[in-house]
Amino acid sequence: MNNVQTSAVVDDANPVAIQIRAMNKWYGSFHVLRDIDMTVHRGERIVICGPSGSGKSTLIRCINRLEEHQSGQIIVDGTELTSDLKNIDKVRSEVGMVFQHFNLFPHLTILENCTLAPIWVRKVPRREAEEIAMHFLEKVRIPEQANKYPGQLSGGQQQRVAIARALCMRPRIMLFDEPTSALDPEMIKEVLDTMIELARDGMTMICVTHEMGFARQVANRVIFMDQGQIVEQNAPEEFFARPRSERTRLFLSQILGH
Amino acid sequence: MSDTHAETVAFVRDTMLPPEPPPVTEIGAVRWVRENLFSGWLNVLLTLGAVYVIVWLLAHIGPWLLNSVWNAGSLAECRQILDGATGACFAVIRDRGQQLLYGFYPANLYWRPNLALLLMVVALAPLLFPRVPRRVLWFSAVYPAVAYWLLWGGSVWFPVSVLLGFPAGYLAWRVMRPAGAILSGIVAVLVPLLWWAVVAGPLAGLLQSIVPLGLRPVRSDQFGGFMLSIIIGVTGIALSLPLGIVLALGRRSDMFLIKTLSVGFIEFIRGVPLITLLFTASLLLNYFLPPGTNFDIILRVIIMVTLFAAAYMAEVIRGGLAALPRGQYEAADALGLDYWKAQRLVIMPQALKVSIPGIVNTFIGLFKDTTLVVFIGLLDPIGLSNSIRADTNWNGIYWELFIFIGLLFFIFCFGMSRYSQHLERRLKTDHH
Repeated sequence: MNNVQTSAVVDDANPVAIQIRAMNKWYGSFHVLRDIDMTVHRGERIVICGPSGSGKSTLIRCINRLEEHQSGQIIVDGTELTSDLKNIDKVRSEVGMVFQHFNLFPHLTILENCTLAPIWVRKVPRREAEEIAMHFLEKVRIPEQANKYPGQLSGGQQQRVAIARALCMRPRIMLFDEPTSALDPEMIKEVLDTMIELARDGMTMICVTHEMGFARQVANRVIFMDQGQIVEQNAPEEFFARPRSERTRLFLSQILGH
Repeated sequence: MSDTHAETVAFVRDTMLPPEPPPVTEIGAVRWVRENLFSGWLNVLLTLGAVYVIVWLLAHIGPWLLNSVWNAGSLAECRQILDGATGACFAVIRDRGQQLLYGFYPANLYWRPNLALLLMVVALAPLLFPRVPRRVLWFSAVYPAVAYWLLWGGSVWFPVSVLLGFPAGYLAWRVMRPAGAILSGIVAVLVPLLWWAVVAGPLAGLLQSIVPLGLRPVRSDQFGGFMLSIIIGVTGIALSLPLGIVLALGRRSDMFLIKTLSVGFIEFIRGVPLITLLFTASLLLNYFLPPGTNFDIILRVIIMVTLFAAAYMAEVIRGGLAALPRGQYEAADALGLDYWKAQRLVIMPQALKVSIPGIVNTFIGLFKDTTLVVFIGLLDPIGLSNSIRADTNWNGIYWELFIFIGLLFFIFCFGMSRYSQHLERRLKTDHH
């Protein structure tokens, strides 16, 4: 297998990208995230898995404040997420996000989707923003679709555009929220390939996914969550070969069993 | 053709089938007629019935229209010419058509509303069609002042000094910007208001005394006819859309006070008939305003019609906002767009597009509702048709007048409807 794990050992020496301390979140009275502690170093590639409803999506959505946490600390690139809008905007422009349902803007062309935020948030001149956008569209291998609308593209193409759109903001961290769950099987690979390439370039990535092959190949840490808690985390070889918790074993047997 | 055996279960296609055209019986005009008009005995019956009704209508309306008289000074003269035959007397349109269009606007000044209408087309063009150069938008921005000056006349310096309130507000905002978004926002609103209340009037007087330049003033009570409908309708349409957007956003706001105010306003305005608002405008406001204030009746009506339409507009747009998936808001947030940028660049373009049929519906409704001003004594086309009949020459003429008025309204409303369909097609991005 073409393994990307070259820096698993040095990662701890890299500066901290995301620091989460004793973080809790409730939806009403439902305790959805319980006492989460997590440190992500720059260049790390983390895969979060777990049964549905385990809070894994909510966790990464807290990192760019799409969800608000009620206690504890989240520090992204040295900026603590509080209700201060300036901090939130700062974090959001440093953190790219890719969604399960792509969430491209259907009224804008592919190119406009990619240039919107650089032009309006980063104040990049239009010409330059378009060059950046074409660069990343080439990177995800769909430059020829630049003037089409999202509705004219396949799911896999749309998701690659969504990745390019996030990259155009030149983020330091990328969050992936089940990026392949809404795709037809034959399109999953093209999206995963794009993500693998991104990992090779040294992007800090947190990815919620059930693609265990991707986790083995790319991640340098796998986190298993259940009932709003981190149950187990380990390097992928160890995680898959010798899961230590009973819950992890059960989960792995369910998703790898067939 | 593939040479597989039917009796074997395993099957391998060795030739892919090319696409073929449909059978000839499935296309063409004959097919259409058979399918749509004579597909079953009930359908045949309905078709024959419909044909009978159409023929009957044509047989009765046709002669009435064909025999119509266009040259006569009175209804009696029309009847004399017709000599017992059925026929319309459109001579009334020839005789009083100008009045139906302009009301009692001085006849030698008709060029002013005509020019205003022509310029309106120019001002609207860049808003309606993307191929018109964007520079024309500057003209669209100053058009309201131009149109006001042309229609009401008076010193040119009055609309000019009113317009200057906007750059004054912008300047104030630029100066105050370092002091923070909220403060500069408040100043940007207050300075123009102060300008209009204190500076604009004297400034216009001063400029007029230095460079006297003006048109003959025309009083509001001379306005009437279809011109009045267009003035009220177009202004109401232009103002109710932005106001409706603000109200819709207010209603969805997280801020309690703003939300409550928006909901209260929308529910109150929607809960009362337009006619009561118009009566309020014409009668009650006089009691509340300081004595001696002359608050133009047309302006008052425009305000009421706008508020009324804006409440409906807000609900239409709220529907469009609700139709957007949450993912659109989240994607905009995740990219770092702030609330206003997300609304302007991502949310509103989509919400408004979804709402086009409802928005145009409200526009058309507003335009036709302008005929209600007849009840507060303004002479819109309906009001004028009454006064035309009050003339002994035309006493008793109904159909011809109403057909003419109806046709004018139909042209405008149908135009809006067609444009909205064109717009929907143009904005369609899901498949081409």
